[in-house]
Amino acid sequence: MKSIIRFIPLILFILLGVLLYRGLFLNPQAMPSAMIGKPLPNFQLPTLKATDQLFGRDDLKGNIVLLNVWATWCIQCKYEHPYLLEIALDPRIKLYGLNFTDDLNAALSWLKQYKDPYVFSLFDEQGALGLDIGVFGAPETFVIDHTGIIRKRFAGPINNVVWKEEFLPLIKTLEIEMANGAS
Amino acid sequence: MKQALIYRDSVKLQQLIRVVMSSLLLGIFWLSSANASPVDTFQFKDEATQMRFQILSKELRCPKCQNQNLADSNSKIAVDLRKSLYNLLQEGKSDQEIIDFMVYRYGDFVLYRPPLKEQTYILWFGPLIILFGFIIGAIFVLRKRNQVKANELDLSVQEQANLDDILNKK
Repeated sequence: MKSIIRFIPLILFILLGVLLYRGLFLNPQAMPSAMIGKPLPNFQLPTLKATDQLFGRDDLKGNIVLLNVWATWCIQCKYEHPYLLEIALDPRIKLYGLNFTDDLNAALSWLKQYKDPYVFSLFDEQGALGLDIGVFGAPETFVIDHTGIIRKRFAGPINNVVWKEEFLPLIKTLEIEMANGAS
Repeated sequence: MKQALIYRDSVKLQQLIRVVMSSLLLGIFWLSSANASPVDTFQFKDEATQMRFQILSKELRCPKCQNQNLADSNSKIAVDLRKSLYNLLQEGKSDQEIIDFMVYRYGDFVLYRPPLKEQTYILWFGPLIILFGFIIGAIFVLRKRNQVKANELDLSVQEQANLDDILNKK
């Protein structure tokens, strides 16, 4: 009994050490979005290329919709852009942009210079939709399923590894859900 | 006569206290309004709304910067959220409605005061459990120590005889 008591401080120290060591490798930016499992809120926004028209939730057509939040002031968006061009070719998804608190002309020339991966890009100058879906920075990418429910929010730039590890498994799950729903 | 004097003194004292207290309160008020967020130029409909804005922007955490509240941070998202906080207040929303609005979008993370629910039980009750653990442990150890002392005093017949022997020799 005495010998066990003697080891208690050592055991506590090791437990604390393990806890803190793990903490070193956690990403404090990786937060679960509060919007997961909730429907995409409706909105009334123009797009970059049609500023005189208003678009809503129902205009985001496609079974699996990816909504990519981007802006020209966002450096990581530039890093992510070539990968988005690749992802947009995937026939299973439809990629839409949400240009977030940005300048119209800067955004348009960005799309001209780096090419446009989006079906269209919503122009959210005031950040209204951004606020409604809990955006706290750019880039962020939301996955919306065929029933209009937000299934995932990924904060940070997409690249091949992220795409494979974070998005493809969910896309597969969603395809299975759709197949089950249809039968 | 004497009574009246005492009475007059106590009135004077009361007046003094009143003056000191009100100047203190004024000072606090002045300080807190001097601390108001320096970047925004919001026009509030009344003082109460402005106070609520200051309290709420201190209670709500900036989602991006994490260790700052909305009032302290100058990041883009904090500025935007202050603006929407202002709009919600001007629309006449209650504090709870505003907090619900933020939590719906950003999760419990935006609250500096975590709500009491299953996931946060350990946060709220953990320290108490540890405290009780230590108290129970301390009682246990102290009791044991006392028992040992009492046992030591229980001498066997032989030991008692030896002790008497030694004491008597002197």
